[in-house]
Amino acid sequence: MQIQKILSIALVPLAAFVIDASSVAQSACPSSAALTPPPESPSRGAALYDAKCGGCHSLDANRVGPKHRGVFGRKAGAVPDYHYSVALKKSNIVWTAQALDCWLQNPTAMVPGTKMGFRLSNAQERADIISYLKTQTAKP
Amino acid sequence: MIETIGLKSRRSILAGTATTLSAAGALALLGKPAFAAGAATKGANTAQDVSLLNAALGLEDEGIAAYQIGAQSKLLTPDVLKVAVAFQDHHKQHREDLIAAITRLGGKPVEPKKLGEYATSLNAASLKDQTGVLRLALKLERGATNAYLGIISSLGGSDLYVLAARTASDEAFHAAILGNVLGEPIPQKAPMFG
Repeated sequence: MQIQKILSIALVPLAAFVIDASSVAQSACPSSAALTPPPESPSRGAALYDAKCGGCHSLDANRVGPKHRGVFGRKAGAVPDYHYSVALKKSNIVWTAQALDCWLQNPTAMVPGTKMGFRLSNAQERADIISYLKTQTAKP
Repeated sequence: MIETIGLKSRRSILAGTATTLSAAGALALLGKPAFAAGAATKGANTAQDVSLLNAALGLEDEGIAAYQIGAQSKLLTPDVLKVAVAFQDHHKQHREDLIAAITRLGGKPVEPKKLGEYATSLNAASLKDQTGVLRLALKLERGATNAYLGIISSLGGSDLYVLAARTASDEAFHAAILGNVLGEPIPQKAPMFG
């Protein structure tokens, strides 16, 4: 009983840390779009990526924002040769579909202090871009 | 610091292309401050605003560099070069507007990278003809339009909304001209940006 009590106290901070990224993502999301994602299209996403993200981002070069190839499943702030905000580097976010959906809805709410303020309110466009990024895996 | 097209030639070119000047550029020529942001922003997260405006400044620096790379490529005809120089001047005005806003908010404007760094990140070595240069410019202008429209709701004051919206309008103007030169069809659906 005593051991259980000690363990439960000890695990509280650990549990808080583990759920940190997802809870931040969920609390920052103005909608629950991730629960009912619209049908996604990587080909539409490619064109949208060019038009909506291409002002600052490329797949293979750091520009105003970091390069995106391989972003899916990557830890936020992890491209070694890009200068991130301290806030994003410390965010402990992993770029899942849900995290990216949240991020694109309101990045400054998800990670206050980030350098990215671009918001994409259209859920379909977000889903398409995320599905496109999912296909742009890291080069071997 | 980026080397830019010679002032003398730029002025003579601008004299013949006055109709392409943006509202911000026209105000600047009249000697009026094109933007007086910062002081009136109340209750905003100024550090966040500075961070977002610095990202926009990075976007403008890249745009200035892209037109410089195009101008130095010797791939542009004289007429197209004139337009490129005029557009670059607009981006320089945007740059000044952003620096003024960042400074008034108490922030430090980011410095531009070296031209060679922009050339690498924009893959300038792949540009083989005028069409390629214009396609790159169109992609950047279109992206910049959407970027400015996309940050408006993240900014902390109406004066900053105006700055972003006004700059987005200039970028959209550039994109429309470039799309027309490249023979792109008129978009069938509105809104075209945002």
